[in-house]
Amino acid sequence: MQSLKLILRNALRHKLRTGLTVLGLIVAILAFGLLQTVVDAWYAGANAAAPNRLVTRNAISLVFPMPVHYRDQIRAVPGVRGVAPFNWFGGYYQDPKNFFAQFAVDPVPFLAMYPEYRIAEDELRAFLRDRKGAVIGRKLAATYGFKIGDTVPLQGTIYPGVWSFTVRAIYDGAEAKTDTSQMLFHWTYLNETMKQRVPRRADQVGVFMVQIDEPQRSAEIGQAIDQLFRNSLAETRTETEKAFQLGFVAMTEAIVVAIRVVSFVVIFIILAVMANTMAMTARERAPEYATLKALGFGPTYVARLIFGESVAIALIGAVIGIVFTFPVAHWFGAKMGMLFPVFEVSATTVGLQVACAVGVGMVAALLPGCRAARVRIVDGLRAIG
Amino acid sequence: MKAIPFAYSVRNLWTRKLTTALTAGGMALVVFVFAAVLMLDAGLHQALVATGQYDNIVVTRRAAGNEVQSGVERAQAAVVASQPEIAVGPAGEALVSKETVVLIAQPKRGSGVPTNITVRGLGPAGRALRPQVRVASGRMFRPGSTEITVGRSIAQRFEGTELGQSLRFGARDWTVVGVFDAAGSGFDSEIWGDGEQMMQSFRRQAYSSVIARLAAPEQFELIKPRLESDPRLTVDVKRERVFYEEQSQMMSNFIRILGLTLSVIFSIGAMIGAMITMYAAVANRTGEIGALRALGFRRGSILLAFLAEALALAALGWTVGLALAALMQLVHISTLNWQSFAELAFSFALTPQIVLQSLGFAAAMGLAGGVLPALRAARLRIVDALRAA
Repeated sequence: MQSLKLILRNALRHKLRTGLTVLGLIVAILAFGLLQTVVDAWYAGANAAAPNRLVTRNAISLVFPMPVHYRDQIRAVPGVRGVAPFNWFGGYYQDPKNFFAQFAVDPVPFLAMYPEYRIAEDELRAFLRDRKGAVIGRKLAATYGFKIGDTVPLQGTIYPGVWSFTVRAIYDGAEAKTDTSQMLFHWTYLNETMKQRVPRRADQVGVFMVQIDEPQRSAEIGQAIDQLFRNSLAETRTETEKAFQLGFVAMTEAIVVAIRVVSFVVIFIILAVMANTMAMTARERAPEYATLKALGFGPTYVARLIFGESVAIALIGAVIGIVFTFPVAHWFGAKMGMLFPVFEVSATTVGLQVACAVGVGMVAALLPGCRAARVRIVDGLRAIG
Repeated sequence: MKAIPFAYSVRNLWTRKLTTALTAGGMALVVFVFAAVLMLDAGLHQALVATGQYDNIVVTRRAAGNEVQSGVERAQAAVVASQPEIAVGPAGEALVSKETVVLIAQPKRGSGVPTNITVRGLGPAGRALRPQVRVASGRMFRPGSTEITVGRSIAQRFEGTELGQSLRFGARDWTVVGVFDAAGSGFDSEIWGDGEQMMQSFRRQAYSSVIARLAAPEQFELIKPRLESDPRLTVDVKRERVFYEEQSQMMSNFIRILGLTLSVIFSIGAMIGAMITMYAAVANRTGEIGALRALGFRRGSILLAFLAEALALAALGWTVGLALAALMQLVHISTLNWQSFAELAFSFALTPQIVLQSLGFAAAMGLAGGVLPALRAARLRIVDALRAA
């Protein structure tokens, strides 16, 4: 108890220096937390994936479609419960900068396999009745101020022309990790319009979402589906939704790695600052430590004082930094808008922040602590700052 | 006003090696991040400027944004190819290439993760439109065959792309007959083959884009409005260089915004480090400062001496940080370009401008960290300072 008091008193002796160090720690812990959250956001799609959903796409690559009649063949595979065609629409609202995800889906099977999209009963009915209707996520609605009944015109990039949709329903996510920045509309609307505009591109599906009964059979069912279309004009590749999403992450791996590296660089920067503070502190107090030793306190006691002070300063900085992480992350997520549909500070991130702070505190005290423990009383007493 | 010798400042740093090393180390890391981000952006920019020729035009379907999403019907392509502004080659042929651009997913070497690669089917004049492309080994594909030539960075990073191997896509086997070097441009991340062969194997009836060389670059102002207002066509016409710059806009913005925000945040940490060090330096030498003042040095000289010390610290951090960043030039980055949805390889490029920018950045950090402690040193009264010793 007595030593705890001594540690705190020591820490507050140089108010300016301690204050600056704590400030540095706050900034570093905050930046670290934010970067970790960015990395988490990258994996949001993969984390929201359900084990009972498979994705079937053209084996060449995603830009090649598959004929719509595959739907019935896939549905006949034992173990498959539902199949929904799913096309990436890729349009923009007013300006190419206003980008958000739009998908043309077959709503009944699709919404059955995505129970995490919560839609009010009457809104759902209104959407199903209107072929030009659309369902949008809560976050998307908030971003552009879309309300039910609004007409949303989109300029197509893959599908030429201007398309207009009427917002019939707004969905909420069952969990915080559910992406509510998407827009869903009727696949048949897309298909019927394409039949008139560019007939050769009608009856083509980008991806089939497949719901299966038993998640543990996913590999087997995936192979069975791919087997059906072997040696056809459009061979398929079926994988779990998670693997599909991770495929996207893997393609931008270099960026994720860079952000990870940078998030640890900031920890090293603050380590340098903290170690510097502790080294200066210990050097200035060498005569005091020698006095303590002369009074009969052991070397471990002296080392503990330095370690305690270092960790205490680091923890104060960490706590304030973590408290600030939440509002800053909220602000940052709102600023980034549609780029990161899900931007939440996870418990793991907070844990890592605490671990880093304690680690920095310990490592920073290592050299000065050892030195103070080892110094001979005479040398210590003779030393001047 | 007599100045305190610079050696005084430097010696002081030398006496407290650990503190100096730690403070400069923190600054070096910040300079490293700052310079690396700018180098990455410069590398991306260099790759894209090298890709597009100023006197080439790219014709794509209106609002398609990139070649993969675009489609230009045969009849429309013929209209484009017959424009009078288009240059004529030595054999009297028009320098126009009607191209097919698709993406294929191919496993990366090492990790085996399938990643999208751009496959481009060229017309007969396609090569003449890209003078920067040279065959590095093997030869170019023969027109009308199922041969392909792969870009340098594709050959390094993807399975099945070595000379003599073959890739299977579009229900055919394509033999790799050569590797080309496109001088660090975006074409290094592409696979080239014969356009008509690819149309057939992918069962396409429309080209993706039409590329043409203008007889004179300024004729762009004539051809663009004519093609875009032609009722038979629904196309966008862009200079090739502008087209490729737009392709990487999102990536470039992302790198810049994220990188510069981080640099600023990190620099706060480093400035605090410098400030702590300098405050301690002032506190430890109060007596010395008093003695210097008593010897006749002015407040201004003291201020300058401590600022010089902070700047020397920053210069040390800059040197180490920039040296580390220079090493990054050996690293090649390959990632998915969100806008074209295909693999793009580029490297860090150190330009003289970045050297100067990072020097300015380091100096600003040193000054910001050193100015308050230096002011405190300069404000000390002789009597108090001497008594404190």
